[in-house]
Amino acid sequence: MLRESLRMAWRSLVAGKLRAFLTMLGIIIGVGAVIALISIGQAATSSVTSQVQALGSNLITVTPIRSSGAVLYPQDAQWLKQVVPQISQDAPLLTGSVTALYGSKTYTTTVMGTTPPSLKIQGRTLAEGRYLVPSDITFRRRVAVIGQTVVQNLFPGQNPLGQTIEANGTPLVVVGVLKASGGAFGANQDDVILTPVTTAEEIVNTTQISAIIAEARSSSVAPLAVAQIEAVMNHRFQNQNAANVLSQDQILSTLSTITSTLTLMLGGIAGISLLVGGIGIMNIMLVTVTERTREIGLRKAIGAKRSAILLQFLVESSILSLIGGAIGALLGSGGASILSHALGWQSGVNGPAVILALVFSLAVGMVFGIWPAMRASRLDPIEALRQG
Amino acid sequence: MAVAAAAVAAAADRVATKMADVIRVEQLQRVYHLGAVDVPALRGIDFAIPQGQMVAIMGPSGSGKSTLLNLLGCLDRPSGGKYLLAGEDVGLKTDDELAEVRNARIGFVFQNYNLLPQLTALENVELPLVYRGLSASNRRRKAEAALASVGLGDRKHHRPLELSGGQQQRVGVARALAGEPDVILADEPTGNLDSTSGQEVLRLFLDLHRAGSTIVIVTHDDEVALYTERTIHLRDGIVVSDGPIPSEQRRGLDERGAS
Repeated sequence: MLRESLRMAWRSLVAGKLRAFLTMLGIIIGVGAVIALISIGQAATSSVTSQVQALGSNLITVTPIRSSGAVLYPQDAQWLKQVVPQISQDAPLLTGSVTALYGSKTYTTTVMGTTPPSLKIQGRTLAEGRYLVPSDITFRRRVAVIGQTVVQNLFPGQNPLGQTIEANGTPLVVVGVLKASGGAFGANQDDVILTPVTTAEEIVNTTQISAIIAEARSSSVAPLAVAQIEAVMNHRFQNQNAANVLSQDQILSTLSTITSTLTLMLGGIAGISLLVGGIGIMNIMLVTVTERTREIGLRKAIGAKRSAILLQFLVESSILSLIGGAIGALLGSGGASILSHALGWQSGVNGPAVILALVFSLAVGMVFGIWPAMRASRLDPIEALRQG
Repeated sequence: MAVAAAAVAAAADRVATKMADVIRVEQLQRVYHLGAVDVPALRGIDFAIPQGQMVAIMGPSGSGKSTLLNLLGCLDRPSGGKYLLAGEDVGLKTDDELAEVRNARIGFVFQNYNLLPQLTALENVELPLVYRGLSASNRRRKAEAALASVGLGDRKHHRPLELSGGQQQRVGVARALAGEPDVILADEPTGNLDSTSGQEVLRLFLDLHRAGSTIVIVTHDDEVALYTERTIHLRDGIVVSDGPIPSEQRRGLDERGAS
């Protein structure tokens, strides 16, 4: 009986191709939107996650909150490492805005005074030259390690190594170039000039550092390290809110909460269009039942039971929504992969989302088809045959 | 002994009824409830139609012949009295049981053919067999035989709109025949046809009748009644006359005599 119902449903859909297509369009758009948005959302999530992970493993950032009276100086990095044993190494970050000059070119960027461990803590690697060494700090050498964005702006087509740039009037010899790391949530990690922290004090004319970056001994002690750091900072400055202490895990989980909430929200909005598509199917099926009253009457007169009529119309609405769902899944995943490709994310078509959307569209067809089908099955054959 | 004999006699009687009368109605009544008013459409009808008979049921509009047709076709249930179809009381069956009875025992022929336009002639004829649950090959074989018997073996892949009215009605007859029903119920089968096509269809009924089919034709057309061997006249919900058409008027017998 199911096979016959499938055949009959197929025949009537083929008999009204345009109407079938228009009815499907709602489901096509709904399923396509759900799959595209969820896939894109997940691709965005994994892209952000991998960028955060690239910042360095077990990274903890300690930012003193000046309004609470907490002020840190470069040597406090050593202090912190001594009082918090879970820290394996750390480095101060003294940041400020500078205008860099090379030849006739000027470029405004961030100068970051730091110490040698910062390279490993931040998970950076050198493209050329050398990084900061301890003696650079001791002797306040006027040297710089620059990021790729700075290279592009000041040294297009040139080798920057050995050249001298002027940062707020202070001459700096470029001794190293960082490899590109890409932007993470807005901040471009390549748009930076790194100098010894002692040199940076001159350039930006302050001795207060903006943050200490630290590396926990392992990811398992990272939460403990965060708690310890908060405790010693609060104790030192006699304030319950002396510093923002963020581990990479926390940043990651915050970010992934944001992105997955966003993904769910987008998916939900797209789900509404699927619902609207389902209502479209119900609408058309009700019209179909009314139009085919005579056919239903005839089928009942020659021996179709209620269940057979019910099945026929239910199968028809299910086929409509399933085919619509399949086309929508195809378009949605196609659109998602094109967009992911264009944005340089790894291909983000989400297999489970495709299957879920197909199952859901079938369910939509059944749920929204059941009422019209019940109406059809309940028609009185005498009344139905009299029509038209 | 006496009890046993009586039981045997009763059984024999039942068998005899079953064998003899395809249709038997006893004090058949149908009352429509329109709001507070009860409108009696059939007010106690008795007749029996034996196996192989060709009967016309006639009457002016409002006489109750459509109501009677619906009851005979198991599309409706009587308000009172009894309807035995092939010996079986169908008055107390559920909707689904009635659907089964219609499928197995009754072949409908409609005034407006009621063919499904998206299906071919063959598929239309197969339709009752689909609901009987026959296999595709079995259905096809029976449907082809039925189409051949109405002379449309060469039109089986045509769709209804590609056929003339007379041909469409012959497809309708083939659909009624395909399930090998106990009785063929025709509702104004020539009502939408010109006289030539109408006569063709009536001759087809006559052939089926000669081959042994039981046929009941509901009509208001005196011409149609001339082909049948018996006419039941209804008026105001009761039978006003029931009897054979005088043989000199009967077309069917004339032709049979001539051939």
